[in-house]
Amino acid sequence: MRLLFLLLWRNNFTIVFFLLQGLSFYLLIENNKYQNATVLNATNAVVTKTTEGVSYVREYIHLRENNQFLADENARLRAQLREASYQSDTNHTQINDTLTKQQYTFITAKVINNSVNRRNNYITLNKGKLQGVRPEMGVITSNGIAGIVKQVSDHYCTVMSLLHKDSRISAKIKSNNFFGSLVWDGSDPRFASLNEIDKTVPVKIGDTIVTTSFSSIFPADILIGVVSSKELRKGSNFHDIRVKLTTRFDNLTYVYIVDNLMKNEQRLLEEQSNTQD
Amino acid sequence: MIQDILRILFRFLVLMLVQVLVLNNVELGGYINPFLYVLFLLTLPVKIPKVLLLIVAMATGLTIDMFQNTMGMHASACLVLAFLRPSWLKIIAPRDGYDTEAIPSIRQFGYRWFLAYSAVLVFLHHFILFYIEVFRMSEFMNTFLRILLSSAVTLLLIMLSQFMTLRPERSGKQ
Repeated sequence: MRLLFLLLWRNNFTIVFFLLQGLSFYLLIENNKYQNATVLNATNAVVTKTTEGVSYVREYIHLRENNQFLADENARLRAQLREASYQSDTNHTQINDTLTKQQYTFITAKVINNSVNRRNNYITLNKGKLQGVRPEMGVITSNGIAGIVKQVSDHYCTVMSLLHKDSRISAKIKSNNFFGSLVWDGSDPRFASLNEIDKTVPVKIGDTIVTTSFSSIFPADILIGVVSSKELRKGSNFHDIRVKLTTRFDNLTYVYIVDNLMKNEQRLLEEQSNTQD
Repeated sequence: MIQDILRILFRFLVLMLVQVLVLNNVELGGYINPFLYVLFLLTLPVKIPKVLLLIVAMATGLTIDMFQNTMGMHASACLVLAFLRPSWLKIIAPRDGYDTEAIPSIRQFGYRWFLAYSAVLVFLHHFILFYIEVFRMSEFMNTFLRILLSSAVTLLLIMLSQFMTLRPERSGKQ
């Protein structure tokens, strides 16, 4: 017994090391389970305040290009207004109103924390539960997609960026509707790869890649990027397609959170038919 | 003594701020991610109690983790650094050993010694950090490249900041 104590005393450095190392691994695993939401705890108010300060400066630096972005977007939206198109039949609008039912609403949010240089990147936004944000909502920008909401607190939410090893987004080639899944290989934040496109499908460099409506997270036909290179490896049944993303993740400032009002309906129906099999 | 502790605290604060406010927001080609804050652990006094060194390393790592939103990752890497630091210091000790007040720095030990000292520890720290982050073997070479490039940039920053803070030592040093 005395020998044991002596042994423990002699090696206290090693023992403390392993204890602390165990603790940090515990934290790591615990944290993965809760998808990095620990930063949103009230105890971390200091952290959020600081990152908010950083994002304030960053926002100021990008002010000019963001103004340009917003102006462009305004112009595009203005073009979609009813006033902008020629009305041949006034009765038509009435019918239109009863025929269409709003499916998506959008919540604007500001990016307060973001990274692109890690293997698994997360974005923190300044909107949360109180503004109607819920997990699994899609996040888009004015010219592409950004990620999926992962964890929500009262005033903030964390978004699993498209630049994450677990992010898989259902995407299709706009010209012929063949679909596959979009993943990020971890090397360059400007590019992602589109998998599971059969080798018989014609793919051209410059083809537009957009979202599908399969996942009920993103609306259909939201721009993702364009094909920048493709390759057909010998023995492979699928194209290796590299997609240049239209979203610039390194200066993300304002994003839109997509709220699909009919998501539960779609999901419930799909679950029912799955369980009947 | 008090003055030494204040100095260490000041260095901690400055390095944390530089890391969190500046370096975490710098992106160099997607591959390079310098972690200058390890300089704090490198420049703790040589004769610091080993267990205290571990605790300080844990606290440093957790502070960075809180800002980076990566609970446990930096803590783990810093602990490995702190665990191996005493042995590495012993291996590269000068012939007449260390002074009781010695602080690893270019000023006291020359720049070749300091480069060897920090290169190994920085590389180890980055090695652990990046592999914990990726947590899979399939991207081994890609991650290794990131480790090499990031370590090189961190080292460069460490050497630069050492040259920047070169100033006459206080009394009590030879």
